Amino acid sequence: MLEIKNLHVKLEDEDKVILKGMNLTVETGKVHAIMGPNGSGKSTMSYVLSGRDGYEVTEGSATLQGQELLDLDPEARAAAGLFLAFQYPVEIPGVGNMTFLRTALNAQRKVRGEDELSAGEFLKLVREKAKALKIDAEMLKRPVNVGFSGGEKKRNEILQMAMLEPKMCILDETDSGLDVDAMRLVSDGVNALRSPDRSFLVITHYQRLLDHIKPDVVHIMADGRILQTGGPELALEVEKNGYADILAAHGLTEAK
Amino acid sequence: MATQETDIREGVDRETVETVQNMGSYKYGWETEIEMEYAPKGISEEIVRLISKKNDEPEWMLEWRLQAYHRWVEMKEPDWALLDLPKIDYQDLYYYARPKSMVEKPKSLDEVDPKLLATYEKLGIPLKEQMILAGVEGAENINLEERQVAVDAVFDSVSVGTTFKEKLAEAGVIFCSISEAIKDHPELVKKYLGSVVPQTDNYFATLNSACFSDGSFVYVPPGTRCPMELSTYFRINAENTGQFERTLIVCDKGAYVSYLEGCTAPKRDTAQLHAAVVEIVILEDAEVKYSTVQNWFPGDEEGKGGIYNFVTKRADCREPRAKVMWTQVETGSAITWKYPSCILRGDDTSGEFYSIAIANNYQQADTGTKMVHLGKNTRSRIVSKGISAGQAQNTYRGLVSMHPRAKNSRNYTQCDSLLIGDKCGAHTVPYIEVKNNSSRVEHEATTSKVDDDQLFYCRARGVGEEEAVALVVNGFCRDVLQALPMEFAMEAQSLVAISLEGSVG
Repeated sequence: MLEIKNLHVKLEDEDKVILKGMNLTVETGKVHAIMGPNGSGKSTMSYVLSGRDGYEVTEGSATLQGQELLDLDPEARAAAGLFLAFQYPVEIPGVGNMTFLRTALNAQRKVRGEDELSAGEFLKLVREKAKALKIDAEMLKRPVNVGFSGGEKKRNEILQMAMLEPKMCILDETDSGLDVDAMRLVSDGVNALRSPDRSFLVITHYQRLLDHIKPDVVHIMADGRILQTGGPELALEVEKNGYADILAAHGLTEAK
Repeated sequence: MATQETDIREGVDRETVETVQNMGSYKYGWETEIEMEYAPKGISEEIVRLISKKNDEPEWMLEWRLQAYHRWVEMKEPDWALLDLPKIDYQDLYYYARPKSMVEKPKSLDEVDPKLLATYEKLGIPLKEQMILAGVEGAENINLEERQVAVDAVFDSVSVGTTFKEKLAEAGVIFCSISEAIKDHPELVKKYLGSVVPQTDNYFATLNSACFSDGSFVYVPPGTRCPMELSTYFRINAENTGQFERTLIVCDKGAYVSYLEGCTAPKRDTAQLHAAVVEIVILEDAEVKYSTVQNWFPGDEEGKGGIYNFVTKRADCREPRAKVMWTQVETGSAITWKYPSCILRGDDTSGEFYSIAIANNYQQADTGTKMVHLGKNTRSRIVSKGISAGQAQNTYRGLVSMHPRAKNSRNYTQCDSLLIGDKCGAHTVPYIEVKNNSSRVEHEATTSKVDDDQLFYCRARGVGEEEAVALVVNGFCRDVLQALPMEFAMEAQSLVAISLEGSVG
């Protein structure tokens, strides 16, 4: 599904290199988790994949189902099936959540040559999906993320994911700022979206999210690349012992 | 009901997006080749007399115009606005132009200049109404489908027709061109014309008083709720022509009317002058809503051409509990100089002003409102959203004045400016005068840039860049868009998107 090869990325305005030869393959239908200390480049990777300005790819490639992503505009990447659940979802005052969802969904459908949904069809769909995610109809009427609690923002991201039905979902620290109950709600939402033809890349600091969203593969990332890959037990090991041993094995220190 | 409302709003937003995708940069930039009758160029006492004669006016009207003209020649153009004003040669303009086909009333649609009809079609006016506008005799009697809006169209200098007159007459509402009103309802015109905006009010209003060629007149009798929205379409077509229309609305005791005004002009590389006056008189317990979507040609990407728009609009809440609401969406014109104002004369009167002003490329806008509180317990509310893009300069200029007698009055002002790009400017110039101790004035202002994070968030969800800007800007304008009548809201949303095309990337 997603294949990242030897990806090197620096900041556009500074000489700071963030990704240093990252390799990652996420197979169709699998859930991969990426853990790593602060500053390891996890969030940068998610931004670079989704096409945010401010980064320069100096080497390497990233393909989605064989299609090169890095040449595309952000909106084209979305239409190709990539979805990033933001760590900090953005507020858009005055724009209704429904308007936003419908604009996004129809923009993607149009690019893919599908018919746009009418107001009625859309409304039916969004109500159905919101109900499944236990999202209050009131939340759909409010402006995008404005005045939402941390938990509501993250659930709104999952609702967008459910509506847009992407093939490859990246969750950037979706658990940050959530209490236990909110985390369970969000995780239930993600689990409901798991399917044999959809892949996930879950970026997190904490094992506890992975108790809810069970990964097939766990990667440890530091210093702009993947250091170690293993099964779910790798996350448990990190939870217990921290990153020090893994970093040391690659000649890195935790202060890095 | 709440759900239905949401559905409609959803439809409105969709409309915006489709319009953006399907439209060129200035949709109304066509020009109609119609044989025109012109008065000679320039302004003089003779031209004023000629205009009056062409309109077949009584002597008192001519006297009124001449008074204004003699005053005007002694006046100077105002220079206090934050506008880079090119020199206007007032003697190099035509002050009167009308389609030749209007000289004699056509008998059927076949006799109407087809180009005139094509113009109405482009403006989106339905065929049967086109017949009425084109002045076809008997067209009024054709059974029209149920529609909500009566239209008065002003083409260059003359009103070319008004629809739904009879249906309105049943309710006692008078809606006609001002030239007809001068002939048919002189007592009303004499009583109210110039009573809100005096002949000598300001340079442009005085010029208008001297040479206004036509416009619309509305009278709503006591206790009458006008049965439909009234609408005027203004179009400047002829080259080098100034348009000076004059609108007079009188809303008698306990009456209500909602009035819509739309404007377009062809694309030309020479500038055109537009100096209009709108006067609204509101009596006891009456209410007027006046909405404008102004889309005059703004000039091209390099700032060539466009309309110079100098407009004086004022509402006089003359008696207790009168209410007025101005809503304007200003996307066009190379230069906009416009301050729709509320004179809150009666006790317990209220005035509201909702404005979206967009300036892109080399457009300049200096616009705002005046809230003059004279009566006790008067209320005013100002919500202004200014958007600047390209090299444009956008100024909000507003006066809130609490007079000594205006005890316990209140004003709330909110002024938000949005910048797109780094070469444009936004300015806020509030004037506040409070001359009593019991009134309260609040002023809030913000200036922000279109946020890259917001745009990226939209794009990461599959929304294209220009559509994302339109979405964010429409969100910014929401408070004002919601104040517009539904069908205007759609047009306004599309306009917001269109006028910002090419402002990013």
